[in-house]
Amino acid sequence: MEKILEVKDLNISFHTFAGEVKAIRGVNFQLNKGETLAIVGESGSGKSVTSKSIMRLLPESNSEIKNGEILFEGKDLTKLSDKEMQKIRGKDISMIFQDPMTSLNPTMTVGKQIMEPIIKHQNMDKSSAKERAIELLRLVGIPKPEERFKQYPHQFSGGMRQRVVIAIALACNPKILIADEPTTALDVTIQAQILELMKALQKKIDTSIIFITHDLGVVANVADRVAVMYGGRIVEIGTVDEIFYNPKHPYTWGLISSMPDLDTAEDELYAIPGSPPDLLNPPKGDAFAPRNQFAMKIDLEKEPPMFKVSDTHYAATWLLHPDAPKVEPPAAVLKRMQQYPGVK
Amino acid sequence: MANINEKISKDQFEPAKFDASKSEQISKPSLNFWQDSWMRVKKNKGAIISLVLIAIIAIFALIGPSLSNFEYDKQNTSHANLPPRIPALENVEWLPFDGTRTLKNGNVVNVYEQKKIEEYYWFGTDGLGRDLFSRVWKGTQISLYIAFLAAFIDMVIGVAYGSISGYFGGRLDNIMQRIIEVLSGIPNLVIVILMILVLKPGIISITIALTITGWVSMARVVRAQVLKMKNQEFVLASRTLGASHAKIIFKHLIPNLAGVIIINTMFTIPNAIFFEAFLSFIGLGLQEPFASLGTLIDDGFRSMRAFPHLMFIPAIVMSVIMIAFNLVADGLRDALDPKMRD
Amino acid sequence: MVKYIGQRIFYMFITLFIIASVTFFLMKLIPGSPYANAAKLQPEQVEIMNEKYGLNKTVPEQYVIYISNLVKGDLGTSFQFGNQPVTDLLAARIGPSAQLGFQAMLFGSLIGILLGIVAALKQNTWVDYGSTFIAVIGKSIPSFVFAGLLQYYVGVKLGWFPVAFWKGPEYTVLPTIALSMFPIAIAARFMRTEMIDVLGSDYITLAKAKGANFFEIAFKHALRNALIPVITVLGPLAVGLMTGSLVIEKIFGIPGLGEQFVKSINVNDYSVIMGTTLLFSFLFIFIILVVDILYGIIDPRIRLAGGKK
Repeated sequence: MEKILEVKDLNISFHTFAGEVKAIRGVNFQLNKGETLAIVGESGSGKSVTSKSIMRLLPESNSEIKNGEILFEGKDLTKLSDKEMQKIRGKDISMIFQDPMTSLNPTMTVGKQIMEPIIKHQNMDKSSAKERAIELLRLVGIPKPEERFKQYPHQFSGGMRQRVVIAIALACNPKILIADEPTTALDVTIQAQILELMKALQKKIDTSIIFITHDLGVVANVADRVAVMYGGRIVEIGTVDEIFYNPKHPYTWGLISSMPDLDTAEDELYAIPGSPPDLLNPPKGDAFAPRNQFAMKIDLEKEPPMFKVSDTHYAATWLLHPDAPKVEPPAAVLKRMQQYPGVK
Repeated sequence: MANINEKISKDQFEPAKFDASKSEQISKPSLNFWQDSWMRVKKNKGAIISLVLIAIIAIFALIGPSLSNFEYDKQNTSHANLPPRIPALENVEWLPFDGTRTLKNGNVVNVYEQKKIEEYYWFGTDGLGRDLFSRVWKGTQISLYIAFLAAFIDMVIGVAYGSISGYFGGRLDNIMQRIIEVLSGIPNLVIVILMILVLKPGIISITIALTITGWVSMARVVRAQVLKMKNQEFVLASRTLGASHAKIIFKHLIPNLAGVIIINTMFTIPNAIFFEAFLSFIGLGLQEPFASLGTLIDDGFRSMRAFPHLMFIPAIVMSVIMIAFNLVADGLRDALDPKMRD
Repeated sequence: MVKYIGQRIFYMFITLFIIASVTFFLMKLIPGSPYANAAKLQPEQVEIMNEKYGLNKTVPEQYVIYISNLVKGDLGTSFQFGNQPVTDLLAARIGPSAQLGFQAMLFGSLIGILLGIVAALKQNTWVDYGSTFIAVIGKSIPSFVFAGLLQYYVGVKLGWFPVAFWKGPEYTVLPTIALSMFPIAIAARFMRTEMIDVLGSDYITLAKAKGANFFEIAFKHALRNALIPVITVLGPLAVGLMTGSLVIEKIFGIPGLGEQFVKSINVNDYSVIMGTTLLFSFLFIFIILVVDILYGIIDPRIRLAGGKK
């Protein structure tokens, strides 16, 4: 499989009032052509920071890439000048944001906002850019695009606005589309529509997608592969089947157990105890250890390395060490594993 | 990344024990609202310097008039219009305290030597030979007095009006808000001037005129906060426990409003100082022999070309006061406003 | 929108009526005779004057006459300034005041907005600190102190511009600058806050994600959004200018409304005081109305929402 983006040992810190917050602590992953990679994690796990760092959209005043590379088509994005980066943003890599209510400029017509990247990156004149923009509006399923073109964002509903944001992101047929919780702020029924739209469009324009979410249910729907983030690190990465039916990391177990499904409706929903680590002073050893019922002494001493489960599946937990005691995953996870015993 | 094949002793894989209480420990020291705010204010150098300046000026306003050998209202026409002269500083060339003045033809003369005057008038004298040093600090005293009094009255009326209107709500609130709307529709400039015309200038009448509309902004801010707070759990809890309205207002609401009340008051003070000076300028200020910073600057204007010190000295004192109060108010707003917290 | 404006104008007249009534009764409370040199007048002369100005009637009667004249646009006659009708007296003085106010407003808000934009774009640099410094100074130091400094240093010492009076464009320079310090300060602070706010908003991040460069972001996306709320401070600014103009006109000897007002106060000329008060109040309320309407026109969210109704 051809890889289009590779993130290597990325470390990002924020300089705040209280001190240095180590938001990303050694993240590695790659994105293959045409696939959808979901990055899952709770708030503060570093998933949004990772995605913004690829676009170099972190605030310059207080954030710093301490270490690492972000390789896109052989270029290290962390080393590019602002000018070079501007040529990539919106053209090769584009982004969809969480809240469609605030991500459109309220004083500019929707049409103009779509035309902007087209004119900028594709050297089109205004009239053909307008045609293209109307075509895009139609593509993302907005009725009467010619009329809508002239309207302002406040005349659109939330779901319609997110379609406009998608149209902007797809305007230049990007090679990578980063969707940062694109459905979180929407009603459940609209969520499904937007997800369907994204899946359909991905096939049409053959783009790779990084899909950031905290919602495992959404992941199952859209992703080919899943990376689970915790405390600024990727703790488990694998194909959707591997993550859902053969998870290895106790945090992933927790996430899956806390996911409601039809069979467990009568039981109480599981919640992972404790709270996320303080990245101002990251704990020694495994950041998840204090919330891990299977924690061992080694967890308090050393950060676990990525243990290989299969060619596509890795997890960072000492439980995979040959010397570690065998532990039983929670019931909800076991049930899933039994459903698809084939997944290794 | 650790080497996977690294030897790790087996006992490391025994279950670890956690102290449950430890995981919920709070690493930041716990500070109450005021300690926390004070920490923030302290970081604001401008505000701290301003606080010190205000303190110094306030001390001078209290003891200044008695530091000088001359009464603030004692006239001595033979000593009229003297430039400032301060012992020791008079020998520092670039300071304007050497008792000299520049005549229209450009000549520099030492007026004290010319008139054979032995005394030192630190800030010089005015056209009636009154000591400007005593007058400036006396004026500062009166200006600050009016400002603090006006700010205090604004605060009392505003907080009472706002909290009653917000807390009881309903029709009472409706009526009280209409009254505020009418009041704020009238330019306060007009109200202040009309009131002074009716009451005749004096310390009390100026203060009253300033407070007639001054409390409106305080009342608005307080009402908005009370409206926001009165349905919060801690108030509801207190009500369920049978606390009286007065107790809820005084024990639960007003302490939580302290921040906005202080900020608003701090902005009222420079505003009152300004309006007092403004009234002096349009001929509605304090009458002789009383002096305020406003009347002093107004007097200074009349002889500015010949004796600039008469205008500049009170103008500088007033400007320092205004800047200092504004900086402190800004600093407090940044420190106390919960919206600004990280 | 039209209904809304109509409603606002209706309330405007109600407020003006209240102000007119309050002013009238307060004036009646003022001790002292309206005739400056009352001591020299014979009792018969006072009688004649009272007759002429209607001062021998009861207060309610005077009130009715006053209000009905007001509706006809008659503000009465001046007691002190050559028996002129107050409307004529004020009309002759609107020109200089309007010019001064307009110049100060334009100059002040332009410079202030520019300072605010630059400060926001270059946050936490010396440009930002400089602009903040100017804003603090301009907000804190009263305009009459600036007027004094300008008169003394620029007028007397340097001799660049005339120190006082109103005889040509060069005469307007110093009073305009003195009066515009306040708008500069307020506009700069407000603009900086708004601009920083807008620059941190999601749609600016989206614009960056589209590949927009610094200038496109600052001027195409941020500026318009940040400018819209600035309109709301124009009202208070104009009111501040009106207050300032009273003193500035007096200091610079400008034959405007403010100077007339101050003069009338000093000689107890009731009818001129009442007339000017009403005029000021009218301007005050009118400006705030205009600003509100302007806001509705410029912000498409408000404009179109209003239009749909």
